[in-house]
Amino acid sequence: MATLTDMISGELVQRHGGCPRVVVNEDGWRFATSQLSAGYWTLLGLWGDTGAVHMTVLEEGAREIAVITILCSHDRFPSVGAVHAPAVRLERAIHDLYGILPVGLPDTRPWLDLGFWDVEHPLGKRRVAPAKRAPYAFLPTEGENLHQIPVGPVHAGIIEPGHFRFTANGETVVRLEERLGYVHKGIEGLMAGATVDQAARLAGRTSGDSSVAFALAFAHAVEAAGEVQVPPRAIHLRALMAELERLANHFGDIGAVCNDASFSLMHAHCGVLRERTLRAADACFGHRLMMDAVLPGGVARDLAADCIPHVAALLQDTRATLPALIELYDNTASLQDRTVSTGILRAELARQFGAGGYVGRASGRAFDARKTPGYRPYGQLDFNIPVLETGDVNARVWVRIREVEQSLGLIEQILNTLPVGAIRTEFGLAGGTREGLGLAEAFRGDVLAWVRLEGDRIARCHLRDPSWFQWPLLEAVIEGNIVADFPLCNKSFNCSYSGHDL
Amino acid sequence: MRRILFEGLMRRPLTEAPPVADDDALAELAANVDRAARRRLGRSLSIREVDAGSCNGCELEIHALNNAFYDLERFGLRFVASPRHADVLLVTGPVTRNMREALARTYDATPDPKWVVAVGDCALDGGLFSGSYAVVGGVSAVVPVDLHIPGCPPRPTQLLKGLLSLLEAS
Repeated sequence: MATLTDMISGELVQRHGGCPRVVVNEDGWRFATSQLSAGYWTLLGLWGDTGAVHMTVLEEGAREIAVITILCSHDRFPSVGAVHAPAVRLERAIHDLYGILPVGLPDTRPWLDLGFWDVEHPLGKRRVAPAKRAPYAFLPTEGENLHQIPVGPVHAGIIEPGHFRFTANGETVVRLEERLGYVHKGIEGLMAGATVDQAARLAGRTSGDSSVAFALAFAHAVEAAGEVQVPPRAIHLRALMAELERLANHFGDIGAVCNDASFSLMHAHCGVLRERTLRAADACFGHRLMMDAVLPGGVARDLAADCIPHVAALLQDTRATLPALIELYDNTASLQDRTVSTGILRAELARQFGAGGYVGRASGRAFDARKTPGYRPYGQLDFNIPVLETGDVNARVWVRIREVEQSLGLIEQILNTLPVGAIRTEFGLAGGTREGLGLAEAFRGDVLAWVRLEGDRIARCHLRDPSWFQWPLLEAVIEGNIVADFPLCNKSFNCSYSGHDL
Repeated sequence: MRRILFEGLMRRPLTEAPPVADDDALAELAANVDRAARRRLGRSLSIREVDAGSCNGCELEIHALNNAFYDLERFGLRFVASPRHADVLLVTGPVTRNMREALARTYDATPDPKWVVAVGDCALDGGLFSGSYAVVGGVSAVVPVDLHIPGCPPRPTQLLKGLLSLLEAS
């Protein structure tokens, strides 16, 4: 069977770690685009660069990944979104940030640039933004008895800002249109010129709930670029952090989904489990969210002395209380009435968009970066990726429950096989340009990081949150559901605003 | 369900003893809080949380205030859904350019007397994100701030101490 790079004709780039990178001409780009739209490949990322656009593609059968680059000497490139919908928002963002035009893109409205910046195309050919801009044109809705409900950017709960425009016919949502970008902080702009350690701090604050996963993906990319070997103990400690982060978020989400169906008992008990997880993380690594603990080359801190009993107590406590909570979730008819058959995501859509995490897995897509391409230490640990087919809110809750069980087992194995030794490799990055790609599995799906280093400084870093491919699907699943079920659908996705807006 | 509820009744509560109000925060507030306004509101404050650009780390810890260990509502502090119901705006994040207008409008929609508590290192001066084309800076660059709770993110006990000092300041 031909490997992915055999199929892509172009020039292979030297000193690119993590996977091959191939520079193609327009024909090669169009071929890649057609492979995506035909469903042979999955789009993992699409981002701008100075005078170029890169995409990362995955061939799921062969478990191969490649970066494909097109040079845009005239600031234009053939749109991927023209034939492959998952690329549309990414290309709108590329145009906002770089001013590179995706030719043929069906939706040319701005995406991250909401008209409040002083500059246009801040990462590309910067120019002073015009003082007055046309108001954003929401998609038109026509028909009798339709009304619109605008929500946000400031929402009613303790959540991040974003705008939702519902069009409803009575109780039934006929269309949801999202407008995001409110928490765009310009992280990729800040990273350019930063040292590797400064950039790692920024990566860990791309989405606070996935701090470990983002720092890990970034570290994987830098280590791939610099061919850095990470000590075995650090590899294990990273996995311990990542699984604690997954546990804490899943506990929070399971409770929060139930809370949005007004079942606060589950919320209260899951909140206790979440708090205990954060306290165990704090006891081990000195920070409840484990920020700045993962660094390229290893980890910043070793396990605190005497913290193992905290983790053991967490495992024991969770195993003692979880079955009763699962039973409570499963046997409460009024709760099941809200979650079963609500917000169904069709398997074809999950596959087309390459939906990661519980969103994909609840709709039959088994992809998990811990298995594909896979990274240490998961190859030597025993765990399963739970996959369900029904694609409703209930399935997304169940995937989380099953993943909690897997993470408990993983933590146990990690502690039982924890190697001794160094926790960080000192490394130098002197001499020229190096590039690398890294993936890490966050609780909500695969995080992608790509870096180009000039010596020990970041020249370009791109971070892609799993939410990029999940937010558009939320628009799809709410269609035909009642307005009151939106919080449930939304929480069952729990997309990141900050990770997406960047 | 009955068994879980029954166990909840029989067990000692998980809720922990309240921390003492933060001395530094008290000093900061002494200058900012109008005593007369405080007397009118008594020991009960309604809080509206506004994310003006945070990474969502601060939101996670603010959420934790409602769990069984911290139980914010026992102090008469509660989160409300609208700025029109609020006495306190709890603002996180570096203020992004894209959120500046929304934050200013939320402030204007909050009835007097009102206080603004800026939460987290970014909310002080933009933190790690200051200097970006997309960031205005700290919360005080957009609305007047009465109290700042530092941390990245602040732990729930730090948040609790800061909020309790709002109640103690009079």
